[in-house]
Amino acid sequence: MSGFPEYQNIFTQVQVQGPPEWGMDDSGNAKAERGTKASFSTLIGWLGNAQLGPVYLGWTGLISILTGILALNIIGLNMLAQVNWSIPEFIRQLFWLALEPPSPEYGLRMPPLYDGGWYIIASFFLLVSVMTWWARTWLLAAEHKLGKHIFWAFGSAIWLFLVLGLFRPILMGSWSEAVPYGIFPHLDWTTAFSIRYGNLYYNPFHALSIVFLYGSVLLFAMHGATILAVTRYGGDRELEQIVDRGTASERAALFWRWTMGFNATMEGIHRWAWWFAVLTPITGGIGILLTGTVVDNWFIWAQEHHFAPMYDGSFGYEAYGSYEAFIGKEN
Amino acid sequence: MLPQWFNNWNRDNPTDIYGPAILVGALGAAVIVVAALVSFGQPYATDSLQTGPRGTGMSVPEFQADLATPDPSIEALYTEAPYIPEGGEPLAKDVYQNVQVLGDLTEDNFNRVMGAITQWVAPEQGCAYCHGDVDLAEYGSDDLYTKVVARSMIQMTQNINEGWDGHVNANKQVGVTCYTCHRGENVPSDIWFRITPVHSRAAEGWSANQNRVTAQSQYTSLPSDALEAYLLNGEVIGVHDLEAHVDTKPYEEGYPTWQNAERTFSLMNYVSNSLGVNCVFCHNTRAFYDGAQVTPQWGTESLGIAMVNELNNDWLVPLKDTYPPERLGPVYADAPKAACKTCHKGYQQPLQGTNVIADWPELATTGAPVYE
Repeated sequence: MSGFPEYQNIFTQVQVQGPPEWGMDDSGNAKAERGTKASFSTLIGWLGNAQLGPVYLGWTGLISILTGILALNIIGLNMLAQVNWSIPEFIRQLFWLALEPPSPEYGLRMPPLYDGGWYIIASFFLLVSVMTWWARTWLLAAEHKLGKHIFWAFGSAIWLFLVLGLFRPILMGSWSEAVPYGIFPHLDWTTAFSIRYGNLYYNPFHALSIVFLYGSVLLFAMHGATILAVTRYGGDRELEQIVDRGTASERAALFWRWTMGFNATMEGIHRWAWWFAVLTPITGGIGILLTGTVVDNWFIWAQEHHFAPMYDGSFGYEAYGSYEAFIGKEN
Repeated sequence: MLPQWFNNWNRDNPTDIYGPAILVGALGAAVIVVAALVSFGQPYATDSLQTGPRGTGMSVPEFQADLATPDPSIEALYTEAPYIPEGGEPLAKDVYQNVQVLGDLTEDNFNRVMGAITQWVAPEQGCAYCHGDVDLAEYGSDDLYTKVVARSMIQMTQNINEGWDGHVNANKQVGVTCYTCHRGENVPSDIWFRITPVHSRAAEGWSANQNRVTAQSQYTSLPSDALEAYLLNGEVIGVHDLEAHVDTKPYEEGYPTWQNAERTFSLMNYVSNSLGVNCVFCHNTRAFYDGAQVTPQWGTESLGIAMVNELNNDWLVPLKDTYPPERLGPVYADAPKAACKTCHKGYQQPLQGTNVIADWPELATTGAPVYE
């Protein structure tokens, strides 16, 4: 179709494939130093850079992947055992099946394998997996002499993960408080958790978390759109624009000032986005940690703190219309 | 194929027809859709029944097309006005043998009730379904389990209409008869059996009662033992702390765990599906537990839960040894049990609130019927 340049597409239609890129090679032996192999994939090239690898696993990566596979297999084999090792039933009920936390009566003791014991073991391996992967984000950043922004951002997600599966169950005194490993069952837990504690929407930290979540989405869309819009003026070279402001930055800034009187800076927009994203699980985790430990009924808490409105009691039921009228059958 | 001059003209006058074509096509389609909506109306129009204060979003929506279609069971309902006794008529207990209930009815009314039960429960098999394929003189025999069960069910129906007036006549006289559950079938639809634990192996305790596709969980991953816990074992539905701060622990006796909340959610989901309503039919969902914010239906529903517990424990479960094996549950060979859907069948009120008891004073009371 005429009028649309080929690169303006969510799929990259023009792919450059040649010798793999190894980064700055000042010593001449980058390939030997920096990993095993790199290749090209046309398929992944449609979505981004066509180069695949090199991957540096290291001891943290190896432990993380091994323990992660172990955790996943314990969960999967438990599900499979629950359907009596029937593969068709496993596939049919996959979204329903789960490895559930222990029954409440065991507290923080090790329960029998078939009543949450496997859950504890899988959780342990998952914990090791996540924490070693977290260490990896630090070590690889240090290796590249980068800032540790990714490490701390991942840490915020790990905070929520630890609150749900470790900190809150310990404070509550029972592993039964943890979240089931299953597609639908973890959603059941979420609903039951909210209802049990008197409606989580009245938890101010839950509210903050939603603000940052939706705010992240908005900022992401605004920033992505702005950069795409000024790419024709070199705005896609964001790092250059940060230190050497050009017409792309000027136009983008002017656009937002005209639109809403204010603009983020070329560097600051990334701090806005980072903080919004990071604060989503941080505030959410605080909200979960307080639930059942400090506050047991958020609706009543909200009434006590005057931000849940009360009705005056005159509900006017008599004016609502009858069931008979609703189904078109007046007696 | 096309004339030379046409191809030449096209080559000499290149025009981007795709952009305008998409624009014109999209605009044209939008105009047609809007015009159709304005002239013919919304094809999936809905109506809603307000259930709570304005601004709270409390309402039960239905498609207008569904509202316009009455429950087909209403059309098929068999009923017959009673013969008002004038005194001196022969009584059923004097005419027939072994009449343990309904014996004080006049012969005419007794036969009227018997005939109706046939229509309601066994329209194909007729009298023989309970009495066997025998002479009228041998109808007194209790050989068939169906007759023994029917006798108990007649008593149960009288008990429901009398003792649970607050539920079955909550808004107006509706009542129940055999037809409310049976709808012309030997065995009512939407009965249930115990099935938990649902995992054949590898799971015990909390894990064992859920996360399977079952009718009892309404095909969700919620617990499959909610009906058993709350409508048979009479467990208390209580999933909240009624103060902002409470010092209790999940492993302590009586603590309302999130697991209790999930099992309750399973029951409530079943109730909603049984009545074709949503949560806000009974609750203000901002505070499910708050008795000051529930709707009048909540009270009717609470009575219903107590009623179903009584029906199951006092009437249905005791019949276990009366039934033949094919009537018992697939897992535990337990007696079939009732719950909301057994009567309601997806409607707010069974048979959409049709008064089924008006013609049947014999079934409305455990005492002597009042003919008017």
